[in-house]
Amino acid sequence: MKIVQIDKEDWENGIKKLFEVYRLFAPVKEADFHNFKQIEAGQLPDLSCLNTRLSPKSIIYPQSEVMFKYSLDENEEDHHILKEVDKDYSPQAVIGIRPCDAKAFELVRLNFDSPDYKDPYWLNAYEATTLVGLACESPCSSCFCTTAGCGPYHAEALDLLLIDNGDQYWAKVISAKGEAFLAAAGWTVAVEEQTALKEIEVKKRAAEDKISAFVKTDKLREIETNDLYTAAFWEEVSFSCINCGTCTYVCPTCWCFDIQDENRGNRGCRMRNWDSCMYPLFTLHGSGHNPRGTQLHRVRQRFMHKLKYFVDKYDAGIQCVGCGRCIRLCPVNIDIRRVCGYMNSHVASADTCEV
Amino acid sequence: MLSYIDKIKEISKRLLKEGQVDMVIGFRKGTLPMMNEPHFARSPEAVEHFVWDSNCGINLCNYLTSRTEKIGILAKGCDSRNIVTHIIENKIKRDQIVIIGVPCKGMIDRRKISAMFAGEIGEVIEDDNTITVKGKGFEKTIDKKDVLQQNCALCIHRNPVIHDEMVADAIEEQTDVDRYTDVREIEALSPQEKATYFEKLLEPCIRCYACRNACPLCYCPTCFTDESRPQWVGKGQDLTDVSTFHFLRAYHCAGRCTDCGACERSCPVGINMRVFTKKLEKDCLELFGWEAGLDPDVRPPLDTYKPGDPDDFIK
Repeated sequence: MKIVQIDKEDWENGIKKLFEVYRLFAPVKEADFHNFKQIEAGQLPDLSCLNTRLSPKSIIYPQSEVMFKYSLDENEEDHHILKEVDKDYSPQAVIGIRPCDAKAFELVRLNFDSPDYKDPYWLNAYEATTLVGLACESPCSSCFCTTAGCGPYHAEALDLLLIDNGDQYWAKVISAKGEAFLAAAGWTVAVEEQTALKEIEVKKRAAEDKISAFVKTDKLREIETNDLYTAAFWEEVSFSCINCGTCTYVCPTCWCFDIQDENRGNRGCRMRNWDSCMYPLFTLHGSGHNPRGTQLHRVRQRFMHKLKYFVDKYDAGIQCVGCGRCIRLCPVNIDIRRVCGYMNSHVASADTCEV
Repeated sequence: MLSYIDKIKEISKRLLKEGQVDMVIGFRKGTLPMMNEPHFARSPEAVEHFVWDSNCGINLCNYLTSRTEKIGILAKGCDSRNIVTHIIENKIKRDQIVIIGVPCKGMIDRRKISAMFAGEIGEVIEDDNTITVKGKGFEKTIDKKDVLQQNCALCIHRNPVIHDEMVADAIEEQTDVDRYTDVREIEALSPQEKATYFEKLLEPCIRCYACRNACPLCYCPTCFTDESRPQWVGKGQDLTDVSTFHFLRAYHCAGRCTDCGACERSCPVGINMRVFTKKLEKDCLELFGWEAGLDPDVRPPLDTYKPGDPDDFIK
């Protein structure tokens, strides 16, 4: 595995060159917090942030995305015909993405790139994207990535992993895309691999030791779905929930969307927008019946999907990477770690369980 | 305020033991610094989980809407005013609830406090007048009054306006506050400046509807934003749609909003949408001498008609 050394002195110059090849996205400070934004020439990624307020999922999967346009003007030959809109799938790179957020793309891919169905919008954007991760040296107290299938140095979902090493970054090359990114920036000084890997391993362990929150997921698969579904703890878990969409919208692994046509005059577009299982409208039938008619139904659905249905369907762990955003941003402090504990330790017909 | 908890537990246990209520709604300790979670107790034992400190900013009246049990509920000044509004609007019956009044000196603004430090806050310790914030490599003691939620700093109804029990004696109300400095600043802007101001204010909105759902007033079975036949508002990120949601929601709260701050507190991206509701609150005060939620026996201004109305257009 190739490791390239980037002197921080050369960072700005390399970024400048990258603009010629890529559209660059990176953490940028806005008001009181950071978010991923497209940066312009002259701007630099702000790698000082703990993590961004919102996940970077919107770079590949925008909150609101137009798919087709059409005309309703019957004088036009092609009226009422859906036409693809032009898309920019030129190369883009996300600099400073956390390993957890990158891992989330792998989980989301299971949905958008399945044997039965391939989502062209998501896949084209994903293919166009180079994920340049930054190893996480200061995990938050609400981060639980190491028990959610990744970790602060988890490299597998990335193209390149940057490791802060004082006056320089070490860039661990994971894929050909990562290699191309380094070449475009002119960062080519390879370091002696074995020594660097050993040092990286030490830093990795130190970072992992800083993780102070954990979930247990070992029993989720074997517990009967119906036992979990009818468990008594859902009343306690869901009581405080206000059914806003915050948890689902800040989550890097939530992938649900709704399709809408919007007309203006005799022109229109067909778009898809993020949707949330927390909203009653998400499941409202045309008949007026709503199979998830109560707040308890909806809260249960979110956790059952992430921690049971997904686990059973894909055998790829939980649908969560432990980034902790839903915990930090829930207005009423519903904590997925607590809920996961209830679920994983659930015994059929027991009323409550220890966390 | 920290000393309230013993009395809160004592009253809650008594109400449950005597069967006066089926449940008491309060707070349990949160899993993060500066966060507590709304929680219910159906038994005297469950009351032991209750806490009270300066992190109880969520408006508990939101948890009363259309419930059918007999409920004991902890109520700060703002919560109590929303309970009054709920009674007026038939969302809960007065004889169905036992209001446990909690005089309130204000809740701390966790976003403001977090923004004061570069690193993550690990622990916040509170006494009557100060909080001590600790994290890796920093520790600082701050006066609570300097880091209150803005609505709390400007609050003029700290004591519950309606109650069946009180956990402590009433505290002194603030009289020397100017509630509307920020509203007047916006009023003074030109229409174009206002438009730009609102555009910038709402730009980060992700339409999670936390503001709406945290609000006790927003109990419509189907919110206008969720109506699909006809659909009034687009679902995308178009600024017109985003603004329509915020403006209309604010208007639906006119004459009802108590400025409890639940909307702003719940916003994941830090939008102060209270500027809208405060403007309407100010209008109601100036035009009708009205403050919401003070008396369950008085109908609100947008629900009444007076032949002597000074405005010509209505006659």
